[in-house]
Parts: sequence; C-alpha cells; structure tokens
Amino acid sequence: MLRWILGGREAQGSLEKSPVLCIGEEQPKNCFTELQVLKGHFDIVRFLVQIDDFRCASAGDDGLVLIWNIETGERLQELRGHSQQITAITTFVCRSDVTAHPSLITASSDRTLSLWDPDTANRIQTISDLQSSVKCLLVLERLSLWVSGGEELCVWNKDFQLQCHRQQHSDTGITALIELPKNCLAAAMDKEIVIHRLTLSTDSSVSVSEIHRLSEHQDQIRALISVNDGLFASGSHAGELILWDSISWTTQATMHILWEESQASTQTEIRLGAQKPSEMSIQHLSTNGKLLLAAVGSGLYVYNVVSRTVVAYRKAAHDSNVLHTTLLSDSEVMSCSEDGSVRMWEIQDLPLPAEPASAGFFGMWTFGRSSKQSGPQSKKVVDIPNLRTLELTGDLIGHSGAVQMFISFKEKGLVTCSTDHLLILWKNGDTQSRLRSLALFHKLEENGGL
Amino acid sequence: MTQSANAVSHASLTNNTMIGSPDVVAFTKEDEYGQTSPEPWDLPEEFSVPLHPLADSNPWAKTSYAKFTKDFILISEFSEQVGPQPLLTIPDEPKICGTFDLNYFSLRIMSVDYQASFVGHPPGSGYPRLSFVEDSRVVLGDSKEGAFAYVHHFTLYDLEARGFVRPFCMAYIAADEKKIMLQFQELSLRFSQASECLKAGNRRAFAKELQRKLQDLEYTHSVLQREEGLQREAGPQCVYSAHAVEKANELANVEKSIYEHRDLLKQICSYHRRPRRDPQAVACRRCMTECLSECEELLDKYAKLAEPVSHSEKGGKGEGGEGWLDDSRGEEEEDEDGVKRRPSYTPQLIKAKSAKCFDKRLKILPELCEGTFYEAAVELLKETERSFRGDLCYLHTRRLDKALRKNLRVVNFLFEEELDDNAEDESGTLRPFCAVNHSVDNHVHLNSPHIVLGPDTTQLHPSKPQDPLNVASETSTTRQSELGLGESQLESSPSDQTLETQESSEETKGSFSSDKSGLELAEKRESMASMISEGPDPDSDLTPEPDQNTDAGRESSSEDVETTAGEEDDGDHERDQTPVSLLEVASELDDCDSLNESKLLPPIDAACCMPQEHFLHEASAPDTMSSVQQNSHPKPSQILVVNQEPQALLPVQGEYTVGSPCSESPPTSLELPVGLLGDVASQTSVEEGSDCTLSASTGSDRAASPLGYGGTVTLRERKKAGQGALRFVRQYPFAMQALWCLLRGRTLVVIGSDEGRVRRLVLALALFVPSPGKCGERVQAWLSCPLTLTDLLRWKLIGLQRVGSPVGSSLLYSLSRYSRYISILDVDMKTLRCPPYSGRLLANIADHRTYIRRGSTFFLHIQSTLCRLAARAFLFTFTHHLHLPVSPVEGQEVVESRRRSFLQEQLGLDKGDSQVLLYLSQLITQQYLWPANRSSFSFDYTTSVLYKI
Repeated sequence: MLRWILGGREAQGSLEKSPVLCIGEEQPKNCFTELQVLKGHFDIVRFLVQIDDFRCASAGDDGLVLIWNIETGERLQELRGHSQQITAITTFVCRSDVTAHPSLITASSDRTLSLWDPDTANRIQTISDLQSSVKCLLVLERLSLWVSGGEELCVWNKDFQLQCHRQQHSDTGITALIELPKNCLAAAMDKEIVIHRLTLSTDSSVSVSEIHRLSEHQDQIRALISVNDGLFASGSHAGELILWDSISWTTQATMHILWEESQASTQTEIRLGAQKPSEMSIQHLSTNGKLLLAAVGSGLYVYNVVSRTVVAYRKAAHDSNVLHTTLLSDSEVMSCSEDGSVRMWEIQDLPLPAEPASAGFFGMWTFGRSSKQSGPQSKKVVDIPNLRTLELTGDLIGHSGAVQMFISFKEKGLVTCSTDHLLILWKNGDTQSRLRSLALFHKLEENGGL
Repeated sequence: MTQSANAVSHASLTNNTMIGSPDVVAFTKEDEYGQTSPEPWDLPEEFSVPLHPLADSNPWAKTSYAKFTKDFILISEFSEQVGPQPLLTIPDEPKICGTFDLNYFSLRIMSVDYQASFVGHPPGSGYPRLSFVEDSRVVLGDSKEGAFAYVHHFTLYDLEARGFVRPFCMAYIAADEKKIMLQFQELSLRFSQASECLKAGNRRAFAKELQRKLQDLEYTHSVLQREEGLQREAGPQCVYSAHAVEKANELANVEKSIYEHRDLLKQICSYHRRPRRDPQAVACRRCMTECLSECEELLDKYAKLAEPVSHSEKGGKGEGGEGWLDDSRGEEEEDEDGVKRRPSYTPQLIKAKSAKCFDKRLKILPELCEGTFYEAAVELLKETERSFRGDLCYLHTRRLDKALRKNLRVVNFLFEEELDDNAEDESGTLRPFCAVNHSVDNHVHLNSPHIVLGPDTTQLHPSKPQDPLNVASETSTTRQSELGLGESQLESSPSDQTLETQESSEETKGSFSSDKSGLELAEKRESMASMISEGPDPDSDLTPEPDQNTDAGRESSSEDVETTAGEEDDGDHERDQTPVSLLEVASELDDCDSLNESKLLPPIDAACCMPQEHFLHEASAPDTMSSVQQNSHPKPSQILVVNQEPQALLPVQGEYTVGSPCSESPPTSLELPVGLLGDVASQTSVEEGSDCTLSASTGSDRAASPLGYGGTVTLRERKKAGQGALRFVRQYPFAMQALWCLLRGRTLVVIGSDEGRVRRLVLALALFVPSPGKCGERVQAWLSCPLTLTDLLRWKLIGLQRVGSPVGSSLLYSLSRYSRYISILDVDMKTLRCPPYSGRLLANIADHRTYIRRGSTFFLHIQSTLCRLAARAFLFTFTHHLHLPVSPVEGQEVVESRRRSFLQEQLGLDKGDSQVLLYLSQLITQQYLWPANRSSFSFDYTTSVLYKI
C-alpha cells in the first residue's frame, strides 16, 4: 500500500521484510492512543527509573537527570551535577521511622556518585574521588546498604560512607549485580558470575569476600537477573541462558538459543550463513517470578521456570536488537528495540496445534562447549506439545532512534526513552479524555459556570 | 435642544436646506451617554433619525456630492499668524481628500469653537493664568462639501504663543452623517485618548520650555545685576542717571518675568490636581505621577534657585559697603556653579523680542508635544481611522459580530479568527491610553536627566475624574447651564469653562505684552551694555557668550533632526502599512460584491458608498473605469494642505505635514507594489474560481504570496482561502475525506513538487483546521525536511516538498513510518491516503457538484457549517452526563453508551462525524482547562485507504 510512497526503499525493504511481521494500522488491542513528547535531554536517554506512582526519573548521556510527572507530562525537577554520561541510576528509599522518602543514586563516567532528593533537586551526597566509574548499582534495602560495581566492588551505607571494597582483577569489571539470599551477591564479570558474601560483624562493620565463581558461560554475560527466591538467571552474548539455584549456585537449566530456521524453510541460505553473534546475544532478561523473558538478538524467548519449558518464542520480533523487555502479565509482553518501536505481544495458543514447530527451531539443551559452528549439528528438533506463540497486538511508533528503555505505569501510561533525546509518554486516550472531562466539570464548578 | 438637533438632522438627511455657516448638527455632552442607551450601538433618543428619508429613496444620494472618497481624520490649527490651517490628514495621502477643500473645511471647524485662549490676572492674583480648557466635541456638517465631521477641539500650551495657548482641533470627516452620529461616543472616546496623549506630551514640553526660559531669565537677571553693580562702582553720581534708571527697570522687569514664569510653572504643575469635568479624559496614572513628580521637582528647584538669586541680590547690596571688588568674582563662581548644576542647558541672555509676532516661527505640533507622545497620538488616530473604515452597516455588523463572539470565548478559538485585544476596549471602558506604554519598561523613552522615574502611586490626587459624585454634580450643573444657555451654545462649544474665562482676556494680554516689550527694550540695552561695559573680566563673559549661543543652536537643531528622523520613520511605516490595510478593508467589504456586480447603480454612487480600491480587486470593466475616474481626480489635492507655516521655512518642516509635494509618493497610492501584487493575485483567484475550470496548474508557477502564517490571518486571506477551498472541493472527489481528516485532528500532509501549488492548497485547507492558533501556528505551508514526531505534534496541516534526492527518500521513509498518524494528499499524483470516512456531515460542505461559485460565498458557507459544528461540540463538551456517571453505581460502559446514543440519535452523527465532534470537544476541553497549549497528541489505529481521482 505504501509502495507508491516508499519508492526507492523497495529493495532494502524486501531484504528484511520476510521474517519481520507487520501488524498494520488496525490495532484494536492497542490502547495507547495518545502521546505526549517530553523534551529536556540533550543526548541519548538511557535510563528510566520509577520514583513513585506518578513520577519517574530519566537519565542519559548528557549527565542530566530529569524528574517527570507522568500524569501531566510536566518536568518537575532537573538534577544537574554530573559532567559526563550517567552509567547507572537507582532509587534508594531512605526509611525513617514513619516515612519512606525516595531518593536517587546516580553514577556517572565522571567517577562520581551522587544522592539526590527528587523533590527539591538537591544533591544530598556526593562521592567524587572514585578510582573508576561505576557501572552498576544495587540497593540492599534489608541491610540499609548499597553496593556499587565497576572495577571494584564497594559497599556503602545509607550515609554514603564506604564500608568496604574489593578490587576486581578483570578488564571489564562488574557489569551486573544481583542480591542473593544469605547476604550474598552475584556479580557478573565478563564470562563469570562471582558470588560474594557480605559479613556483618557486631560492631556494624561490613566485610565482603568472594566465595564462589560460576564459569559456565562461554561468552560475556550480558544479563543477570534474580527470578525468584530460589533461582536466578544469566544470559550471555552467545545466546546461552542459564538458570541457577540461588543457594547452591548450581545449574538448573541451560539453553543455547541459536535461532535456527527449520529445515522446512526455503530460506536455507540464511541458516547456512554464519550468524552474527549479536543475533543471539541475550540483551535483556525480565521475569515475573514464573516466566522468564529473554531478549535474544532481535527476537523474544519466553521460558517457564516452574515447568522448565519453553512457552513461546519469536525470532524476528523486531527489525533490530531488542533492548528492553517487560512481562506485563502472564500473557502480555512488551519489548523495545533499536528499530525505534515498542511492541506489545500476547502469548496465545497456537491456532493450529498440529504444527507447532513450523515457526522455527532453536537449539537447546546443548550442554558442553558448543561453538557457533557446532550449533547446527547439536540442535535437536524438539516438539513441544504446549508451545504457544507470541502474537503482536500493537506497536508504538514515535521515536526516531533506538528505544533504550521503557517503564510501564500500568493504566497511567507508558514512558519510553530513546537515542533521539526524547521521552514519550503514551497514554490511553479514552482514560485521559475521561480525566479531562472530570477536570473540566471540576473547574466549571469552581468557576461557578462558564 | 433635542428638537432642534432633530430638526437639523432631518434637514441634513432630506438634503433640502443646509445653512451656509458651519451648521452645527448637534452637540452632545458625554454624560448623556450610558444612561439612555441600553445597547452600546443604539442611538440615544435625540439622535434617532427616520429610517426612511422622505423624499429621496436612493440611499447613496446624500453622499454623492462628497468630494472625498473615504473617511479621514484632519488635524488643524487656528494659527495666530495665518488663521485656521490644516496640518495633517490621516491617512496621510494626498488623494484621500480628493477635491475636498481642506483649508476651507479647517476654517469651518475651527470657527465652530475657537477655544478661548486666555491669560489674565484674575482678581487676587498678580500673575497671568493658564486656562485649563476642557476639550469640546461637536458634530457639524457642511452641506456644500457634503461632509460631516466629528470635531474635537483642544488646546496646547506654548510659551511663545499668544496667551500661551494654541488651539487645535481634530476632526473625523465622513460623508455619512449617520455614521458619525452613531459612532459619536466611540469617536469621542478615541479622540479624547489622542487628545489626552497630546496634552500630556505638551505639558511636559511646556514644563521644559518654562524651565529653559527660567534659566534664561535668571541668567539675564544675574548679568543685569552685575551691570548694575558695575554702574554703581563707576560712581554714585550716575546712580540716578537715565541709563541707570532704565537698567533698574529692566532688572525689575526681569524679576517680574521670573515670578510670572515661576507661577506658570506652578500652574502647569497643578494641572493634575484640578477636577476634570471630562469623564473621557483619563490619563495613564503612571504618566501622570511621573509628570507630577517631575513638575514638583522643577518647582522645588526653581523655588530654591530663585531664592538664592534674590538673596544674593540682597547680599550683594549688603556687601556692597564692604568690598565691591569681590562681586565679580562671586558672580563668576555662581555662574560656574550654575553651569555645574544644570549641564543639560546653558542659559542664554534673553534677547529683545522682535516686535512683529509674525516673524517668529511657531512651534509645530511634534515640537509642542514631545515626539513620543505625538507619535503615539498619531498612531492612535491612525488606529481610529482604520477601525472606522467601511460604511455604517458594515461597522454595525462587525460590532455585533464582535459582541457575540466575545460571549463565545469557550469555542470561538476553533474556527473564528482571533479577536485582537485592542479592538475589544471600544465598548466604552475607559482604559487610559499611555503614549509611552507603561506596561513595558520605558526607561529608554524617558531618559532626559531631570526626570525622576516611578514615584509611588500613592501620591495620586484623590479627586480623580472617576469619582462618581464629582461627575454627577458636574453633570447636573452642566445640564443646568445648558438649559439656561440653550441655543446660544449651539454655536459654540458646550464647555462652560471657556465661556467663563473669555471675558477679560483682552486686557490681560495687553498688559502682558507691554511687559514683554519693556523686557525687550531692556534686553537690547543690556546686550549693548554688556558689549561696552564688560571691562573687568572680558574672558569670563564674552567668550562664553557665543559658545552658549552655538550650544543652544546646536541643541535645537539636533532636536529638529531627531523629530524629523522620527517622522520619516513614521512615514515609512505608514507607507509600508497602508497597502495591507487597504486590502483588508477591501476584503472586509467583499460582501458588497453582489452590489458591485449588479451594476445597477451609477458608478459614481457606488464609488461613494465604498472605498474605491474595492473596484480594483473585483474589477469588471465598467468598475475599473469608474475607479480610473476616481483616480484621475486628485490633481488639486496636493495644493490643498498648507504644508508650511508661512514664516517658518525650515526645511524639516515639510516632513511633518501632509501632502507635501513629495516626489516619491505616487498620486494614486493604490499602485503601491504590495497592493498591486495582492490585487492581481486576488483577481486571478476570482477568475480561476468563476470559470470553474479544473485546471489546478493555472498560475501554479506564481508562488502564492507569503500571506498569513506568521502574522495574523486576516479576513481577506481567509476569504481568498475560501476560493481555494472551493476549487479543491470541486476538483477532488475525495475532498470530503481530506476535510474530514483535518476536522478530526488527523494531520494532513500535502505533498507536492510545486511549492506554489502546495502552499495555495495548504492556505485553502487551513480554513478547516480547528483551532489553528492565533497566527496559524498549527499550519506549516512548506516544509522540505523529513517529518519528525515533534512536527506532527506541532502542525495539523503540513505542506511537504517532494524531492528526488536522498533527502527525498528519507523524507518518504519518515512519511511511511508515521503513516498511522497522518493522511497524505499527493498533489502531483492526485491521491489521498487516509482512513475512510463514513458520515453525512461533510457532504454538505465538500460537495464537488456544489452550485456555489464564489469563494467568499463558499467561505461563509463553510463558516456557518463549522459554526454549527462548534456549537454542537460545545453542547457535547459541557453536558455532564455524557462524560461522567450520574450515579456511583453507573459504570463507564453506561456513560459510553449514553454518549454514543447522544451523538447518534440526538445529534444525528455517524461514526465519522462523531469523531469530528469528539475531537472538537477535546480541543474545547483542553482550551478550557489549560489555555496555554499543553501539547498532547491523540490518534487512533485505523486502516487507511488510498483514494484516487
């Protein structure tokens, strides 16, 4: 239909057309019928953090942290102070006796860490003499401590006092941190997951010690997530997804997602061609405790951690790498990608259960050291009887650059941030119009008529 | 009195008899308004004229003999040297008054009320008094000239003028008496504002002039004193010589003059304190306080300055016994001191006045009032002239329209053009006009050194004219006096203050001039004496003298240059603006088209009833002929205005006055470039529309003029757009879908390779963009870069350039990417891609078999439809139960279904039409909640269809 407009893009389009599905303009299930553009950043916006149920903070390469009211789209505060890009941001709840006051911890490439009050935009604490920049932050609310990871692992208390630190001998440093039971931490460093234990002595001093290393991954670990109290998961650049036991640190399940096409497919040349590693790189993991959602290359992969089965997958969910995913419910999935779109999916039963495997295959249960080349040999055709499918129910197009991240505020809307320096607030038009009507009659009453 | 007024107006309407002398038609007091008329545009009883004149049924007959083609404003002066003379017309074009004799008319209007200028010694005071004359307002007619005028007399102060006052008047001259009578109140209001502005400036200028004069006098005084001292030094034997006596007289005269001027200064300062009887004379409070404080400061200064002089005089005498030698040195010191104290002005010796008053050059109006104030007043008058263009019927409907629209603020932002705020005050609110625009920081204007800015407003005088009691009592007295005076007042101004002050003027003037002559003599002597007897310290006195002279000269000349420059600017401005405004008027009068076309009326009559440019726009052959006829008239117009005051042959003066044989202004200013362009464009558009050919490419190479978007969209442009819209509707079968997209808020992108065509189409379609913004902010006529989301948020209608380069492909990519939010109208391929429309509402306006042929008709047709739509949207928006549950048990679904049934059954709207209404309602809601545009963008996910011709 758009061919007359597209003109010259024909050839390019056909190249990537076939695997990528297009939903078209009729999207009855897409409730985001209103958008608001939030401007304020001058560079790529990489992080979004929810502060409370109506505020969120955005941070990016311009070193700015902006606080937004997502109900009105107003910019509430501007946290200025970092001179370089922000590398990590997290909320930190300062609990006094009665109130819980949220504040923000930010880390930047300028080797500073700051604590902010999002209400007043005050920079409450700053640590500026770090040896290296911090790449990840983890708040241990139970202990009133927080941990920063980079080339070294540092443990801080809530007053920004360094409790202890541990030098890591690695080129890449710590890229991800999660909390494990029994005061343990898992830190992803290159191809290994290092388990640390925090020891709190009686005089409230804290020490950290490395107690274990998990070296099952063949490639760099890109994602690390704690699934529930008993499990955590990690995903690597080579498409290895490993499920670990949180206490015994043993492997519970290993999958090697290779995104192989089925033999039935006519497009054998694609299968035979050497796959780029990024096509199976696990960019992001998300979970709701029961399902584990992995962003693999430009595809999505849903795994049930309870039944240890694949629920659904789609190799070409996006035109380009998926950067962030969320499980909105047991059946609703949302993902954003470098192609600039956000897509909403529904996990549906296959319309024809007779041919579940026709959509494609993937190598799995590939224990041992399988390389990419060994992939085709090692893959097995697995017929999973209860395999379901990811159906595209809607997409949000607005950003002109890669959508880095999004946060859902449930019925209040969705915030997306992108490399095009913008944030977009997506809302349900019907709800908004109802709210506006309510406001209108409220104001009418206040004014005593027109 | 009422009867007589009626009688006169009857007479004027029936054209039977007009009295030869300036027939005062009626005059009015401002307090008679507001009480009698319930509607602002309604006539008070005494002005009501029969709707159908008895004999003559030709409505144009009474204006047919007017010698000018449209209304104008004339400012004239009663010059004490040459009598009444016209100074300025607004608009400032020689052709404006046609063959109308301005000199003659000035004589007329100035003779109605020669404001009794008066300076006298009232009993009990020894000094001349300034008369604070209120303005007077008269309506008069001249049957011979076919002119009627609202005449507003006012006086300005001038130290050099006889009696210190210069009478002026401003007149609004029209061929239609009724127009003036009906607009009397507003005319009066506006002219009062202008007059207040001029007078405010004049008071400042007068105070400055007084200040200089006082400095001169004091300086003269000091010189004289020194001479006297020298004489005394020379020898006691000549103390009683004739020369010495003369010197003493001179000194006494100077002293007297000082006291007189000081008193004048005091009087001008007390100006604001006196109760104003004129309720329309409201001045800007801050201006007033500033002026007041300034005056007070001056007063203080001269009260102080004067004392030391007299003191030193005494001291000098006292010291005389001790040592005369010190004297000259002391004088010198004081002189230096004096120079230090007031660096702005070097005092001069008062020269002997030339005896012939005709020799002196009277100040011209911009000098009398400070430049800023003068320009502001002229601007105000220009605005007045603009706002009174068109005939009475037009003004009336426009006012009705405005009044109605004022009540519809909630929805009129949707499709109506924006009301400009200036025009809104005209309903009679007394908003003081401020020349220096005090809402803005005006330090730039008022940086003369001796002015102290911004004292507290608390020192405002309590008895403001707004004081209702005061006004009431005054009105009652004036009524009485009116009743008493009756007919006699018909001839002169109703201002009883002038009457009361008229009597003793002769005598006092005489006495004062004798004073002056004495002073002159003394000065002559003095200057001679200074030449001779400046023995002791020649350097100190002789050398500064020429210096001072040149200084003063330089100063004044620089002033002249300043004002001239200002004037020139003003002129340029005017030249720039006029064509545009002319166009405006023409378009406003577009409704008269039918009249024009019917050609039943003799051309001359038609010419009189509407501005002549009109004929150029909508011209058919006979009409152009008539306009040519009109244009061939103005040969004598150049000589009508006295350009220069007789004796004052300063070159700069020509700039101020009207109709100076300025070579660059063509005799028919209609042919100014911009106007011409506009005319041609409109002409062609009319032609294109009327011959109904569907060739869209005619004139496509002629890029549409850069009208609109960026400035406010005038009615004319909108009507022109109506023509374009009509063509679009007739040309494209899918016009309905395109219009629907616009009305439901789906951004329409008009893509094409020909800029002119795209721009024209965008301009035409802009009529259908709801809430296009004050300056059409929601419309982008021509864009040549890829679309972004922000563009979509900002604009609802976009003209896009189709290009073949790589830029073009990214542009097309952006189009396809955002295709869900936009509809695309391809001008080159004649296709439209948008969701299908199901509804009946738009069939009415987008019928491509419409019988409407004229753009303006179509425009009105669109307007009425859109207006109905807006009304429905209003109803829908503010009906509570359509949006919110009535009871707490009701769910959202109930409300939803109720809304749907309302839209479908009560309003009879289909789904597509409902979407339009919902969008309009959403706009109304947003406007009501957050007038400062909060941009959110709503859309829906529906499939688009490609329409082809």
